[in-house]
Amino acid sequence: MSDTTRIGGDVLPARRNGARRERARLVAMALLPVLGAIVLSGLVLLALGVNPVSYYGYVLDRGLLNPYGLQATLTRTGPLLLIAAGLIVAFRAGIWNLGGDGQFLLAAVIVAALGPLLAPALPVWLVLLAGLAVGALVGAAWSVLPALLKAYQGVNEIITTLMMTFLGVSFANVLVKLAFRDPATTVPQTRTLAVADRLPRLFDTTVSSGLLIGLVAIVAVHLLMTRTAFGLKLRIVGANPRAAIHAGLNVPLLTMATFAISAGLAGLAGAVEIMGVQGNVRADWNPAYSLTVVPLVFLARFNGFASIAFVFLFSVLSIGGESAARRTGVPNFFTLVVVAILLIMLGITEYLDQRRRAAGK
Amino acid sequence: MTQTPNAAPMPPHPIVALDQVTKRFPGVVANDRVSFELWPGEVHVLLGENGAGKSTLVGMLSGLQLPDEGGVLVEGREVRIASPARALELGIGTVFQHSMLVPSLSVVDNMALGGPWWSRPDRAGVARRMAAVCAEIGVAIDPEARVGSLSLGEQQQVEIVRALMRGSRVLILDEATAMLTPKGAEDLGALMGRLTRLGIAVVFITHKLNEALAFGHRITVLRLGRKVGEIAPERLVALGPAAATAEIVRLMFGTHAGTEAAGGPPRARPAGAPLLDIEGLAVDDASVPVAGIDLSVAPGEIVGLAGIDGNGQKQFAEALAGQRRLAAGRIRLGGEAIERLDVGGRRERGLRYVTDDRLGEGTVGSFPISLNLLLKQVGEAPFWRHGIEQPEAIATHARRLVGEYDVRTPGIETAIGKLSGGNIQKALLARELSGQARAVIFAKPTYGLDVQNIRATRQRIREAADRGLAVILISTDLEEVLELSDRVAVMSRGRIVGVVDNNAEARSRVGELMSGVTA
Repeated sequence: MSDTTRIGGDVLPARRNGARRERARLVAMALLPVLGAIVLSGLVLLALGVNPVSYYGYVLDRGLLNPYGLQATLTRTGPLLLIAAGLIVAFRAGIWNLGGDGQFLLAAVIVAALGPLLAPALPVWLVLLAGLAVGALVGAAWSVLPALLKAYQGVNEIITTLMMTFLGVSFANVLVKLAFRDPATTVPQTRTLAVADRLPRLFDTTVSSGLLIGLVAIVAVHLLMTRTAFGLKLRIVGANPRAAIHAGLNVPLLTMATFAISAGLAGLAGAVEIMGVQGNVRADWNPAYSLTVVPLVFLARFNGFASIAFVFLFSVLSIGGESAARRTGVPNFFTLVVVAILLIMLGITEYLDQRRRAAGK
Repeated sequence: MTQTPNAAPMPPHPIVALDQVTKRFPGVVANDRVSFELWPGEVHVLLGENGAGKSTLVGMLSGLQLPDEGGVLVEGREVRIASPARALELGIGTVFQHSMLVPSLSVVDNMALGGPWWSRPDRAGVARRMAAVCAEIGVAIDPEARVGSLSLGEQQQVEIVRALMRGSRVLILDEATAMLTPKGAEDLGALMGRLTRLGIAVVFITHKLNEALAFGHRITVLRLGRKVGEIAPERLVALGPAAATAEIVRLMFGTHAGTEAAGGPPRARPAGAPLLDIEGLAVDDASVPVAGIDLSVAPGEIVGLAGIDGNGQKQFAEALAGQRRLAAGRIRLGGEAIERLDVGGRRERGLRYVTDDRLGEGTVGSFPISLNLLLKQVGEAPFWRHGIEQPEAIATHARRLVGEYDVRTPGIETAIGKLSGGNIQKALLARELSGQARAVIFAKPTYGLDVQNIRATRQRIREAADRGLAVILISTDLEEVLELSDRVAVMSRGRIVGVVDNNAEARSRVGELMSGVTA
């Protein structure tokens, strides 16, 4: 290390310059894969015989520019942000909680059943509060088993949380079809929460206040992880579990806490989706939000603010993609193709960046 | 004990020879112009501490690595051993420390592995040839047994048989006894004897002195990548075990210059009631169980804990620091029992542990220095208030320690993993020695450091004792222990086998205790 200097009180101008260059590099690292993915997806669309310009035009128009589309996009952003917040806590602590979909769906079904039951008896705000709390609790409860296995037996949580998702999704379906079924409808679904009893809309728009809950959650999580002693402990466990033991941290307890927060936020997302958007759960409904948000959080490198940007971008793609799909005849899940290509591009960019840096040294 | 080689008149060339080979890895010279000859019918012991370059040497013989300089000669002809397959072709078989067998397959199937993929393995043929080899070398292996059901010693025999079936005339046993029971090691020694009688050359790598003497005909000692000595068979016989031990201890641990000050200015012999008192400490551990450790350290005293690496020092240190459960025993610090406290509780009372695994557990490499300096105090005031980080307090603390302990770094926000080993060690020393320290455990504090940092670290240890701290210095470097300690305890196989005052006779006494000769 030839550039090693004795530590001084002030940051040198050269270093500040370097920091700016570093920030520019990070922005480029985030944007280049996005551009690459849009171009590559466009080629796929061409191969399908669809004009990519008109597809992207519809996506932009229906997802971002059209006021109703934008409102739908913002509404969808809410639960996705909650899920992203849960994933950030877990991933930064080195816990790969991939069971978000089970936690989300089970919480959604139970909140959907509970809401119409409580609504006649309690004031609206109390129903909503109870719904949110129950959602978070159900989500957290669904992670207790993987959490215990990980904390005390070292069982790989990727496997156990994925397994619990299979169980949770099936169990949620069983609950809809057998226990909570609305007798008034022919298709199996839970009773619908009256629009008046749902999460209030923001101002004069159709945007659900779930967006606010999501924004507060992800900012809070970001601050928790970067500014508090608790967050630092989680990050130590995530970055070097042996150092955590050496430093005397209670690793099993921190692991349990990580699972509880992460799964609780996924459950909260379920509650927000039901009480803000859907109003009920139909049988076999599973939007699989959690697994779609995983790559977005990676793209944002577990940074809360960057995650907001990526989640919003994805919401535009997904809301706009739904109508673009209808109009151009492309399957609805083409949005996922774009995200998948985005992830591959991200990997390639990272690889190139590493090679560049290795060559620079 | 030592047998003379049974081979008939010496052939003109060694079977395998390394001629002045050098192998460099980023930042280290693993082998520096090492020459090494292997004669048929001999067990050639390669002796050295961890990091002495034994594995690199073996890697070049078995085709895992190519030398940067120098040549490999097989029967006098220069060859290039670019792959393990090539090594086998040349008749060099290697049995690695960790089994290379498939545990779920039978012995025969393991032997048949590596055959052409299109043909059905000739199990009967393999079993027949295997039986022949087994009979020749005097081992009994059930060909149908599942490898996973065999003991480690038996698995090793299977690997030896496999190597011989593939036509090996040179057998490399890499740390072969490290995982074996004493009985298993003895059996392996006897087997090596029988192999040499068949004219096979054996390279036996170990860091255990007694095994080297018991099984070896010729002994080469490596130290820090250099060959520091070789004892030929005739000389080994002439010396006898006691003199040979002394000779090897001298070679392994050196009596070189650089320690001319021998302890620096003599320090007043500390006295008084022990500050740190350990009684009957025991730790359960699969590889090296530790038991019956009694040790007390007075304020201002440095007690060296010498011993060959892997004899329970790590287990002992971790149990003392609170990272490992005690199976039994008591620990008192200033009269207060602390064995029931966790890491944090013991640290609060002044017990500090400077780990030797600086990047593995001592630090979080990707985190800034400032946070690594507080790794064991996360959440404590004034650095955190109500759980919220106080950047100013953290930065001030970091700047003070970085200055005080002379950590050379571009800044306190630099990721600690980017620093050199010496500077990481300085940061660790800063973390452990600052504040209300009363007793400190140093684990191999100068391991892997350069001369300057070694000197600086040793000075810190001395200063710590002069401040009245009770110091336990765990080191595999005998020079270091003798230079710094007031008393020297020797650890072997999970026990303290002796404690000697550090005086003129200490070196030879400790050497004997370490080698297990007078165990």
